Amino acid sequence: MLIEVQSLNVQYGNKKVLENINLSVSSSEIVTIVGPNGSGKTTLFKAIIGSAPIASGKIIMSPSLKVGYVPQVLNVDRSLPLTAERFLSLVTNRNDQGSLRAKQILGSEDYLSTQISSLSGGQLQRVLLARALLNDPDVLLLDEATRGLDQPGSAAFYKKIEELRESSGCAVLMISHDLHVVMSASNRVICLNGHICCQGEPQSVASSPEYRDLFGSNIDGTFALYQHNHKENKSRINNSNA
Amino acid sequence: MLDDFMIRATLAGIGVAIAAAPLGCFVVWRRMAYFGEATAHAALLGISLSLMFEFSVFAGALFVSVIMATAVTIGQGRSLFLDTLLGVAGHSCMALGLIIVSFISGVRIELMAYLIGDILAVSKTDVLLIWLGLALVLLLLIWRWSALLLCTLNEDLAAASGLYPKRENFVLTIALAVVVAVGIKVVGVLLIISLLIIPAASSRSLGSTPEKMAIFASLIGALSAILGFNASYVFDTPTGPSIVCVASLIFLFTLTFSLLTERFQRKY
Repeated sequence: MLIEVQSLNVQYGNKKVLENINLSVSSSEIVTIVGPNGSGKTTLFKAIIGSAPIASGKIIMSPSLKVGYVPQVLNVDRSLPLTAERFLSLVTNRNDQGSLRAKQILGSEDYLSTQISSLSGGQLQRVLLARALLNDPDVLLLDEATRGLDQPGSAAFYKKIEELRESSGCAVLMISHDLHVVMSASNRVICLNGHICCQGEPQSVASSPEYRDLFGSNIDGTFALYQHNHKENKSRINNSNA
Repeated sequence: MLDDFMIRATLAGIGVAIAAAPLGCFVVWRRMAYFGEATAHAALLGISLSLMFEFSVFAGALFVSVIMATAVTIGQGRSLFLDTLLGVAGHSCMALGLIIVSFISGVRIELMAYLIGDILAVSKTDVLLIWLGLALVLLLLIWRWSALLLCTLNEDLAAASGLYPKRENFVLTIALAVVVAVGIKVVGVLLIISLLIIPAASSRSLGSTPEKMAIFASLIGALSAILGFNASYVFDTPTGPSIVCVASLIFLFTLTFSLLTERFQRKY
């Protein structure tokens, strides 16, 4: 077990944001958190990385666990001059393996001397992911990492994550709004709305009444298109990418 | 050498300017200008207390600034209207300080010196204190530089890397308190924030990395101190405001320069 969350409660002032959360992430597992806006997904991530006020419960991390975190947004104030390269160099606990993986994600190095605030959505997202990989993490936390990418872009991104998981064996805990991708690419889905509504394998979550209550029934069509077993779906993403 | 008041004043001005500038970069990047101003205003309470009970003005100002810094660090993230609370605290302390000063006979004239500074009156001890403060601030900043940058960019990224953003923020607010305390003799509580912000704003277009921007800011700050001091000697103007005016002129110059180059690049 890499991360274990036990009866976690998080409160901002009098407002309960997370109630009685129990979940765990094992090595090389892809776990996806879905839920409507304001359901506490990002707060759950903040609790895991230690920046949310925990009212009760606990979060157990395996000793010397290396975490790679990709935030939802990176708003760099225009008054702060910062190139992508300098941003990447702010990581102190990098290692060779991590640097290699980061290099693969970055691809071309042309844009590294560009200011962070002038990067395109796709470039920024690659820089953020590369940064998270620099310490060769045991678990990757992705907070809506495909925000601002178009559909082929998201598909390519999730394919990259899948490859990473296979080559490095790192676990992935991600928040996502791309419901169809979630269903095909995850080992487990957690449906969150302040509390955990349901969790389990993608198909069982998709057919559960709690999930349908949250996301409506008009998603059925999407699932009809995308409900394949894991292998078939992978080749599908490959095809669409080629 | 230090027996010459001109040399003492120049050294004091340069010391405060160099300490204030890199810290000012963080103030600009993090939009903490309002916090800095509130801290400086509150310091007047410390000054008036020190005048009343006859202890070091530096200690009084530092004491109140550190209390403000600590209160802000604790309040961070707990209150949604921290800015307003800061304004209330800063101005209340200032008003209280002004009232206390009015009870002490013979100090009223001296008050102006604490509002806009009196660099010509710095003693050897003041110069020593200023340069000790400068060393402390620079050491703090160099030691925590990467961590502070990361916290400035994104506190969650910093937390995920094992840092404690609140602790790093506290380092910054303490450094700010020290600069306010040592800067009072040179430019006073009303103008100290300008020595933080104006050189940093001027150097934005000059540096492509945060480090370069901070170094340029220090150079601009030091240049403003030297030129401003000389200008006040030649034109017989108050020294603190003269230093700030020179800094503003440099800002206007770099701003025009960056606008022109931008336009030039767009055209061709």
